[in-house]
Amino acid sequence: MNILVLLKMVPDVVEELEVAGDGKSLDTSFLRTIINERDDHALEQAILLKERHGGKVTVVALDAPDIDDTLFAAMAKGADRAVKITDAPEGMTTQMAAKLCGQVIAGLLPADLILTGVQALDDLDGLSAALVAQQLNFPYIGVVTAVTANGPTATVIKEFAGGVRGEFAVTLPAVLGVQAAEKPPRYVPVAKVRAVMKTNKIETVAAPGEAGAAQIEVRQLAKPVVSSHAEMLEGSPEEAAGKLVELLAQRGLL
Amino acid sequence: MATNIWVLAETWRGQVTETTLELLTLGREVAGQCGGKLEAVLLGDKSLAASLGAADNVLCADNVEPTPEAVAAALAQLVKERQPQAVLVPWTNLSMDAGALAAAQLNVPFVNGCKDLKADAGTLVAQCVVYGGKLEAAVAATTPSTLFGVLPGSRPAASASNASSVTDVAVTLPEAKVKFTKYLEPEAGDVDITQKDVLVAVGRGIQQQDNLELAEGIANVLGGAVCGSRPVIDQGWLPLSRQVGKSGMSVKPKLYLMLGISGAPEHVEGMKNAGLIVVINTDANAPIFNVAHVGINADLFEVVPALTEKLKAAKGGA
Repeated sequence: MNILVLLKMVPDVVEELEVAGDGKSLDTSFLRTIINERDDHALEQAILLKERHGGKVTVVALDAPDIDDTLFAAMAKGADRAVKITDAPEGMTTQMAAKLCGQVIAGLLPADLILTGVQALDDLDGLSAALVAQQLNFPYIGVVTAVTANGPTATVIKEFAGGVRGEFAVTLPAVLGVQAAEKPPRYVPVAKVRAVMKTNKIETVAAPGEAGAAQIEVRQLAKPVVSSHAEMLEGSPEEAAGKLVELLAQRGLL
Repeated sequence: MATNIWVLAETWRGQVTETTLELLTLGREVAGQCGGKLEAVLLGDKSLAASLGAADNVLCADNVEPTPEAVAAALAQLVKERQPQAVLVPWTNLSMDAGALAAAQLNVPFVNGCKDLKADAGTLVAQCVVYGGKLEAAVAATTPSTLFGVLPGSRPAASASNASSVTDVAVTLPEAKVKFTKYLEPEAGDVDITQKDVLVAVGRGIQQQDNLELAEGIANVLGGAVCGSRPVIDQGWLPLSRQVGKSGMSVKPKLYLMLGISGAPEHVEGMKNAGLIVVINTDANAPIFNVAHVGINADLFEVVPALTEKLKAAKGGA
């Protein structure tokens, strides 16, 4: 089967995030970005499907710092083709970016499935999968944790809450918003990525048409106003552990 | 009609969800600020309208299947016809895809991760959680009929004391390309973490599967069980039945000891009501320290062995 995977870079939230001087955007000067975790799962699910059913996986992403590494890594994991969208305007919202990505994806059809993360850490005005599905007029379902292809349809598992999931029959071609792949995203050794860099190429396509204007205005970006903070147990790890045991004993929790 | 505030009523296995009732409380506030009515949109079983008495009116279409495709098509159609000022949609696994798709069809934003919403000089401004809870954005939406994905817990649930009027509405649905087949229940046989007084929760900071032994050691001493946040479940280190948060279980133990969990809003949603929340984390700025009652800012691999020994001694001496 033919699968397209839309990838996106997002700030690595393990690092400290700083707000820029305008008080409305991220300070990108020391920003470390990584692949959006849900997109990594979408890629893994695509490769699992390819291994199971055969076919081809194409990854698509907007140009961004470190995107080449991510695209080469995707090819090292098993993607057959990588397409980078260049010359897009800076500071696009999810809605705007999806408009451009949807047009590029339309040019890469036919495909049986288009997979992307159900959400990204920096989404504020929409979810990419739903926006792309609407543009292509394909069916869409989100929060997906497993996919099995059965000819003209796919059996798709969506997560609800409390450990309960739902099974859906989805007519292909379709767009799926992936929450988690059936297996953890695979690890690929750096040496393999380097080898792929020598043999494979990233195709580029200039951003087509207009992304449109943002329909939202970010008035402020800030660290959350803290209404409470944990009582901190200070000292060496040994001392802090001792204080915690005392506290648990006092509360009758031992 | 343009000043009315709508709440998309979310139903789950024959009941209106708690999040829906919370959104009705928030929606009532916003409707008051906008000078409009509060309406609930019930797509499905009409008998559930009785649970939505906190709204002034319930718009009900009973021919809509519970798929994101059908709910989105019905909602988009009603919004086009009736043009509410805004639509509040539960930001949950159940409804997020329907909200996102309806907004895409309407070409309006789906402002997501909202923990608060208010009208500011006629413009709706949402307070949104972004970057895994590290930052918050004040987002103004100028487009009429914008959809807002509102997090669970934004307000207390509204009571259904007043019987609201019900308006039957007709929606025409496209040919279904997404069909619900069946529910898959959680696997039985594992520990029921919702019944435990003590839970030791592990997150990404546990680093590798072998390190789960540390958490199990403490859980054994305290007579509790080990549970985890999303990344640990995704890695396959713990079964789905041990997941706490938006997709997993909501738990309320007497003690919730967290090891290496930063506190993404999806996780906090499932454990914020625990009796005593204790966090051990190396990142002093981790958002979880603002949720926890007691914190230790240190390396869990240094604290946990010491803690386990001291707990054993304390228990042995008791």
